[in-house]
Amino acid sequence: METRDLVIVGAGPAGLTAGLYAARARMDVLLLEKLSPGGQVLTTDMVENWPGAVDGITGFELADRMRDHALKFGLEIQMHEVTKLHADGKYKVLDSPDGEIRAKAVILAVGAQPRKLGMPGEDTLTGKGVSYCGTCDGPFYRDQVVVAIGGGDTAAEEAVFLTRFAKKVYLVHRRDELRAAGVLAERVLQNDKIEVLWSHVPLAVVGEGGVEAVRLKNLKTDEEFDLATDGAFVFVGTVPNTEFLRDVVDMDQQGFIVHDRNQQTSLDGVFSAGDCCSKLLRQIVVAAGEGAVATYAAQKYLEDHHE
Amino acid sequence: MADNILQVSDDNFEEEILGSDIPALVDFWAAWCGPCRAIAPVVEELAEQYAGQVKVAKLNVDESPKTPGQYGIRAIPTLIVFKGGEVAEQITGAVSKAHLEQAIQKQLA
Repeated sequence: METRDLVIVGAGPAGLTAGLYAARARMDVLLLEKLSPGGQVLTTDMVENWPGAVDGITGFELADRMRDHALKFGLEIQMHEVTKLHADGKYKVLDSPDGEIRAKAVILAVGAQPRKLGMPGEDTLTGKGVSYCGTCDGPFYRDQVVVAIGGGDTAAEEAVFLTRFAKKVYLVHRRDELRAAGVLAERVLQNDKIEVLWSHVPLAVVGEGGVEAVRLKNLKTDEEFDLATDGAFVFVGTVPNTEFLRDVVDMDQQGFIVHDRNQQTSLDGVFSAGDCCSKLLRQIVVAAGEGAVATYAAQKYLEDHHE
Repeated sequence: MADNILQVSDDNFEEEILGSDIPALVDFWAAWCGPCRAIAPVVEELAEQYAGQVKVAKLNVDESPKTPGQYGIRAIPTLIVFKGGEVAEQITGAVSKAHLEQAIQKQLA
């Protein structure tokens, strides 16, 4: 079985930054990613809050640059899906359909994915009008009407993005103000194509073979009605990709990994970084910072426990 | 590796996919779509792995909008396994290789 000092799982901003720091430290490191590198950044049209990128940088370009930056210093990236992790004495064993890899230390940077609402019609119409990615699927809605659901940064950003294609975007939000950052909320409120339905919640997606309407409830009046639409975009937060780590490391109630201030999880020698972690703010800059800390902490751990 | 992947369009979809003697996996994608890019190397691996057993193809929805329209596709990546000209499995999103293999295996059984 192949043994590495450090194995990083996941090649989003957290994993790639952890990899960059590890490669620069000349550690014996391997990064595993089940798809191609980038993570959720790949579903972002324009990143406007990456410090130094004054004019913004596209999600594609930032992902490519982060990958290239880590590769430049010699990081090895392999495409494998890690399906299991367990401790074996001083080592951790990572399972994948392609075989096992042993590591002295592990950084979990497995990321998150869009959360589903779990309303009737949502699953059956996914891909047929229900979508979780405006930048991917917006172009299918040229001159049509779409409903976007949510009130955070992603919902605000994506609602504005969708106006490039759709003639009308309804933004459905359960509260009476947006949680999105001020600059993003302003863009929503100033956009003529966006109509915000405050204090409304979606109850179901309606349609046969395609989305025809979203059933809504007005929380102020309790009135229920069907809002006709061609598409329903759901932007209501994320769920972590941590299912395979259940009973391996401690998590919060939503399944986000709990770590201490040095990114150390409940399992000795296993660190976590990025959007899969339990925390207040999930942003690229936070993920990158945590990746750097995780690598440094892993390096200290290796010195103390494996020398 | 990409040599095993067939590029199909609205023009040859019927002949190449619906008329295929063996099951076909079609990746409906576009250049603007991040998850499409994320899953591309997985599709390439499958094409190599199942060469001769499954016809693996890509269809660019920008260049060929008619076919995705016929299948009600409004989100990408969408991956469809066709068998005997019919939709056998339809998967939306950048899923894992294991997930796609499971769908393929079912049609080979």
